[in-house]
Amino acid sequence: MTLLRELWGSLTEALAQLGSVVRFFVRLVAASPRALLRLDLISQQVYNSGALSLVIIMLSGLFVGMVLGLQGFQLLQRFGSEEALGTAATIGLVKELGPVVTALLFAGRAGTALASELGLMRATDQISAMEMMAVDPIRRVVVPRFLGGVIAMPLLAGIFNVIGVYGAQLVGVQIMGVDSGSFWSQMRASVHLHDINEGIVKSCIFGVACSLIAVYEGYYATPTAEGVGRATTRTVVTSAVVILFLDYLITAAFL
Amino acid sequence: MNQSPAIVEIRNLAYAVNGRPVFAGLDMDIVRGRITAVMGPSGTGKTTLLRLITGQVAADAGAIMVAGQDMRTVRREDLYVLRRRMGMLFQNGALLTDLSVFENVAFPLREHTDMPERLVRQLVLTKLQAVGLRGAAELMPAELSGGMSRRVALARAIVMDPEILIYDEPFVGLDPISLGVILRLIRRLNDALGITSIVVSHDVQEISTVADTVILLAGGKVAAQGTPQELKSVPSEIVRQFIGGLADGPVPFHFPAPDYFGELLGRGQGS
Repeated sequence: MTLLRELWGSLTEALAQLGSVVRFFVRLVAASPRALLRLDLISQQVYNSGALSLVIIMLSGLFVGMVLGLQGFQLLQRFGSEEALGTAATIGLVKELGPVVTALLFAGRAGTALASELGLMRATDQISAMEMMAVDPIRRVVVPRFLGGVIAMPLLAGIFNVIGVYGAQLVGVQIMGVDSGSFWSQMRASVHLHDINEGIVKSCIFGVACSLIAVYEGYYATPTAEGVGRATTRTVVTSAVVILFLDYLITAAFL
Repeated sequence: MNQSPAIVEIRNLAYAVNGRPVFAGLDMDIVRGRITAVMGPSGTGKTTLLRLITGQVAADAGAIMVAGQDMRTVRREDLYVLRRRMGMLFQNGALLTDLSVFENVAFPLREHTDMPERLVRQLVLTKLQAVGLRGAAELMPAELSGGMSRRVALARAIVMDPEILIYDEPFVGLDPISLGVILRLIRRLNDALGITSIVVSHDVQEISTVADTVILLAGGKVAAQGTPQELKSVPSEIVRQFIGGLADGPVPFHFPAPDYFGELLGRGQGS
């Protein structure tokens, strides 16, 4: 009986949490048109979330691509169809690994930075100071960071994909000796716009989800050292679970 | 505009946090153009009072009128308009850490006006000169000492030429020199700009040297009110304890607790 009641309690709590995230999202979207006029603020945040994440994204893309090249080659060799390596690696990257791994890295690199920055701004009264200066912190601080993340994430996923394909080519063609012509021509022939669209849709939705979770956790963090730390941790954990869950939903929708 | 002598009027204010009453039946007037110090022991709700006056929280009951605006019925847009007429200095300065000193002071101007850059520059440098930190304009907040941060925050608070300037514990953690600087600035800004200053503090000696009026809060009400001189002769236990800095008195030294010996001996723990 107590177990049931506790379960019911956590369920209603989770629903209330979800509700407040949705309300926060609506507030962000409503404030976005006016915030879009301040392009300087947004480009600064695209730089913070995007450009500063480039190194980790590019390195990870290269290694993931190289592993794909190696594994793909081993597998395809068994069927004597190594030339299909280009197709296999590209489809794997564009549809799945690119958006998902980029989003996970993005949550770890940019999401945590956003959450801790906003949390510390609240803890050091910077948010209250803005309110006292009659400046809406949602419009001035939160929305530019949110939009910066939303813009940066698909761009990062694109870069991840390109570098990943290069990594697969590096291992498959340069080291394992797959024919370069068939690697590229097979890839071009069998990767369709549909596949690329799926990747783009995924990375856009992951960008919204990761940025939303990060700014929400940061903005509502308890204004103490412990609270900010917890908000940062929750950002990564929630983002990871939400990304993988959404990944399944979108994949199913595109079938 | 309402030109009554009081710029802030509080009537029969009640406010509770988690069911614990902070204020019950508080009446208070803050007179236009003067420096009013709000003092009281820790936990009497001084900072809460500032949050109520600035509309950051809403009262449970009673009326707060600020510059003719009723805080009970004020709409969000009007509140923001009202706040442009107020400046507030937070305990730690609350400078925006990603902007330089110059940009911090320019922040309200850039957000609320379309001034040409030349004018912004002139205004910001004038205000920084007033707090003696024109030379620090290009520094980042992390490079400033506590006293300097507070002076920059003060320059930012006056850049929009407010009518009311609110200081939340402006002396905490300052060395005697910085403290003297802030004290002199409070007086000078008040007189030069003709603004109303509200200073929340519990530094009795310091604040007594600049305040025109002192309001002493205790137990959710005004315990005493008058000039610093008058307050010294108020025949009240609580006032004497506070002004004299006595450890025990009407404000007990001990937080409410069960019987000391009983607890040491483990009574009442069911063992």
